[in-house]
Amino acid sequence: MAEIDLNNPEIDVPAELKQQIAVTTLDRIYNWSRSNSLWPMMFGLACCAIEMICTAASRYDLSRFGMEVMRPSPRQADVMIVSGTVTKKMVPQIVRLYNQMSEPKYVIAMGACASGGGPFKEGYNVVPGVDKFIPVDVYVAGCPPTPQALLHGLIILQKKIEGEHIPDTRWYKKCVVEAIPIPILGPDIIDPRHFELIKEETHKPLPVVEEVVEGGETA
Amino acid sequence: MSDQIVIHPLYAKLLEKFPESVVMDERQGFSGIVVQAITLLEVVKELRDNLGYDYLSSVTAVDDFPEERLEVIYHLFKSIGGAPVEIKVFLEREEPVVPSLTPMYPGAELQEREVWDLYGIRFDDHPDLRRILLWEGFEGFPLRKDWKEPLYEEDTKPFKSRWPEGKGERKELLNPYKDNVQYPREFDPNTLSGDVDQAMYKSLEYSDDPNSRVLQTDQMVVNIGPQHPSTHGVFRMTVVMEGETIVNLKPVVGYLHRNHEKIGERNTWLQNMPYTDRLDYLAPMSNNFGYAITVEKLMGIVPTERAEYIRVMMAELTRIASHTMTTGFLLNDLGAYFTPALYALEERELILDIFEEVAGSRMMVNYFRFGGVVRDVSPEVLKKIRHLVYNRLPRKIDELDKYISANEIVRIRCEGVGVLTADDAIAFSTTGPNLRASGVPYDVRRADPYSIYESLDFDVCTRDHGDVFDRYRVRIDEIHQSIRILKQVLDRIPEGPIMAGKPQYVAKVPAGEAYGRVEGPRGELGFYVVSDGKPNPKRYHVRAPSFINLTSLAQMCKGAKVADAVTILGAVDIVLGEVDR
Repeated sequence: MAEIDLNNPEIDVPAELKQQIAVTTLDRIYNWSRSNSLWPMMFGLACCAIEMICTAASRYDLSRFGMEVMRPSPRQADVMIVSGTVTKKMVPQIVRLYNQMSEPKYVIAMGACASGGGPFKEGYNVVPGVDKFIPVDVYVAGCPPTPQALLHGLIILQKKIEGEHIPDTRWYKKCVVEAIPIPILGPDIIDPRHFELIKEETHKPLPVVEEVVEGGETA
Repeated sequence: MSDQIVIHPLYAKLLEKFPESVVMDERQGFSGIVVQAITLLEVVKELRDNLGYDYLSSVTAVDDFPEERLEVIYHLFKSIGGAPVEIKVFLEREEPVVPSLTPMYPGAELQEREVWDLYGIRFDDHPDLRRILLWEGFEGFPLRKDWKEPLYEEDTKPFKSRWPEGKGERKELLNPYKDNVQYPREFDPNTLSGDVDQAMYKSLEYSDDPNSRVLQTDQMVVNIGPQHPSTHGVFRMTVVMEGETIVNLKPVVGYLHRNHEKIGERNTWLQNMPYTDRLDYLAPMSNNFGYAITVEKLMGIVPTERAEYIRVMMAELTRIASHTMTTGFLLNDLGAYFTPALYALEERELILDIFEEVAGSRMMVNYFRFGGVVRDVSPEVLKKIRHLVYNRLPRKIDELDKYISANEIVRIRCEGVGVLTADDAIAFSTTGPNLRASGVPYDVRRADPYSIYESLDFDVCTRDHGDVFDRYRVRIDEIHQSIRILKQVLDRIPEGPIMAGKPQYVAKVPAGEAYGRVEGPRGELGFYVVSDGKPNPKRYHVRAPSFINLTSLAQMCKGAKVADAVTILGAVDIVLGEVDR
């Protein structure tokens, strides 16, 4: 597989050297090596974490794809598998972990909860989807997704990485990528990016706020 | 429930002793006694010291909105077995205060904090009354019936927006913030400090007296978790250390608080069944079992015989899967990274295959129904289980055990570490293998038999030292007992229907209350449900064993080294889905 992908026949290699020389582009060789050594962060949230462990264990064997090196430290990890329900109390830590990961970094939202709140979406302490705070690359469906589904998600991520082009990628550009502001725990979770909106809404004249906030009740 | 007319002799004794302050709860379908808050301590002291009720199982509350009343409900047991005594205290909704039972039963500490957190009931003389599942500064007490969550639609499911019309609309788009949040009026986010841990750090008592210290060093506070590979999920402990020795420890939980109880009150009775799978996600069948027998108690139906056998079979398979997993991950915590866990997971996968075949899902089985189980077990599955039970599991468990028990390092790290005496274990309301490792032969399957356990032959496994190694040994012994139970069940399982009566989509549950409990892999898993005759529960409370087992964590860790704290936590065997609910 590697030979077909990496050899770009734009340059002719003499037949006698075909076994010794391979011609490729920097993008391809770089992405190929990166996508086959994705190190996930050892980080479990809920039920999905158990299926993630099963994926890493002998039956499903994540190491076939070069991903068995689970790093407990975010600074050594390439991909964060958000495996479980993201709660308001936990989300500051998740954002902090994401900020601490060194680039290039990817996020997989594993399962219904991490993707969109899942069965617990209506709960008062649940963040309906981790993508409200951090960018997600691959969503894996299921509650919990089977190990096969997670493997499929990881392979999709590999494909995504293989399609990347160095000059276009965010982290190779000269501009500084800002860290995501850490959410604050107040009367409810507060995203610092929404300070103005929150202040505006809570200081609206009373009758208008009543109608908007409790719109669900009258419906 | 039938003892409405005949007063239980124990209650009669209490009525006689406290004629002015104790009355029976005479509502239809309810039991127990109602005690006035000022005499609660006296009544409980009488129960504990003279009548033998030394084990406080659960503390919870119910909101009687729109009536201006909150109830606090205590379930006490004898550690030698038997039925519970149920005590209720009625309180006003405005500024409810009740004396704390923590000085008498240390096991009430975390549970009372939970009631304070979710209901706003203040416990006098509680040593450390702070929010536990939510954070300091959270607005409101979410389990009160008049508190509405941000994505509130209706009080009960099915919501009109989804059924019968079925017009899907995203509720968060109606919220002004387009998210699952709400803020009080006049709230200004710029004035917020965001420091929610201050009260917790304050509660960790530093000793300022240098003479009381063993080493002449500064005390240091270390946070382990919530993202730490050895805390089994999103658990956090804050440790005060002197050198490497732990002086004090506080568990900090709530990072996986998924609002099971609030959502459970919105759901219909049957809709809660799949949610129970997600409580203790390593033992979904046990959770199904507990919820099913509780609601069956209230409905007054008895499952068919075949269903009972299938239930016990699944519950014991779950226990084996869960205990092997715990054993494997205990070794992870000891530093034998992942290899022992691979041995454990291998057996677990085989059991999950059976679950997948009978229920359709590996982990979230949703298999039990009120009055039976949802699908029958085919002869091929029985054959598979028979093969597992007779040929594979005993051999494999012995193999795992041989590697561990004979390992010198394991023994040095585990023996004499995290000791909990029998008296302490009872006082801290510890349950399950942790309690039995301390030498207390208390197993709900024997102490208060349910289903067909009375007719089955098995031993309650105990060990005497109450250390980490004994907790591990008890689990291995229990796996062998589970195999023994499975052999009997496989031999005796009868043919017949798997559901009592017609399958109902809307369970008709009469008004009343029920407390049902099963022996899950982590201990006494209790469900306290209250019905007001509607299609939805009025109260749905889970008495989570691993949450209550955490109460004694500080006691076990004091004086140990930091590395031992990790091992002790591994042996306590918590599952965060259940701790935080």
